[in-house]
Amino acid sequence: MEQQRDASSLGMWLFLATEIMFFGGMFCAYLIYRLWYYPEFAAASNSLDIALGTVNTAVLICSSLTVVLAVRAAQLGKRQAQVIYLALTLVLGLAFLGVKGIEWTSKFREHHIPGASFHFEGEVPGHPGQPVDQQHAQIFFSLYFAMTGMHALHMIIGVGIFSYLTFYAWKGRYTPEYHTPLENSGLYWHFVDIIWIYLFPLLYLIDRKK
Amino acid sequence: MSEHIVTFKTNVAVWLALLALTGVTTGVAFIDLGPLNTVVALVIATCKALLVVLIFMHVKYASDKLVKVVVISALFFLMLLLGLSLADYSTRLL
Repeated sequence: MEQQRDASSLGMWLFLATEIMFFGGMFCAYLIYRLWYYPEFAAASNSLDIALGTVNTAVLICSSLTVVLAVRAAQLGKRQAQVIYLALTLVLGLAFLGVKGIEWTSKFREHHIPGASFHFEGEVPGHPGQPVDQQHAQIFFSLYFAMTGMHALHMIIGVGIFSYLTFYAWKGRYTPEYHTPLENSGLYWHFVDIIWIYLFPLLYLIDRKK
Repeated sequence: MSEHIVTFKTNVAVWLALLALTGVTTGVAFIDLGPLNTVVALVIATCKALLVVLIFMHVKYASDKLVKVVVISALFFLMLLLGLSLADYSTRLL
């Protein structure tokens, strides 16, 4: 049993290693363009809603707590606590996606979606009046939507996985002897949380100082 | 059957630390530290990520050393990707 458990979490970590490199490519593109077009990146970053971004970070952190507590409940063989924590995780995951939806909707209204009707009228922090290059601002928003979009897709998959887990936890499938699906899905959920922990300062907090 | 079970107290302490660090990172972003703003933001993010990986993801308690090898080598290759790319692009004369 011990060996099987080690093997399954090793497999999960190998999968997460591929995910690190997948997101790593986007982070790398982000860093290079930020280096080149810093003024536009700072201006575009300031148009994001910092309050919603902070709240969403807190929501994800709370969902990570409910996940560890659900895994812990399974380790201790507490079925009811397991179901409650998993259901809370689902609620928090959906809340995150809802807030993301609100943010994207307002970006859509402001014509900040890259494409033919893209238009950005922000100011470069510390340099009011300096013209903002539309192409460079568009690169920021392309990266913003690609990165938060891929992150949200991972969240949607996570919500799917956790719906499945909640159902079978309710059926009493996960015991102190066998809860590998819970443990490995938990690893996935925390990984997605870590991606957001980096996305938040990189996208929202480039140059907020007054 | 020697799976390590993290105590409720530890989990809640890590959660509170993560929330506090989120508040700090947002607060510090409004203070002018020059180029240090980015450094501070990334250091705080890395502290948060370490807390999640070591405690929430149980890497600290992993009995299997292979898991640790995989985690460290994944980070090593990520650093190669980011480090070598930035070493190139940040020193080009365009």
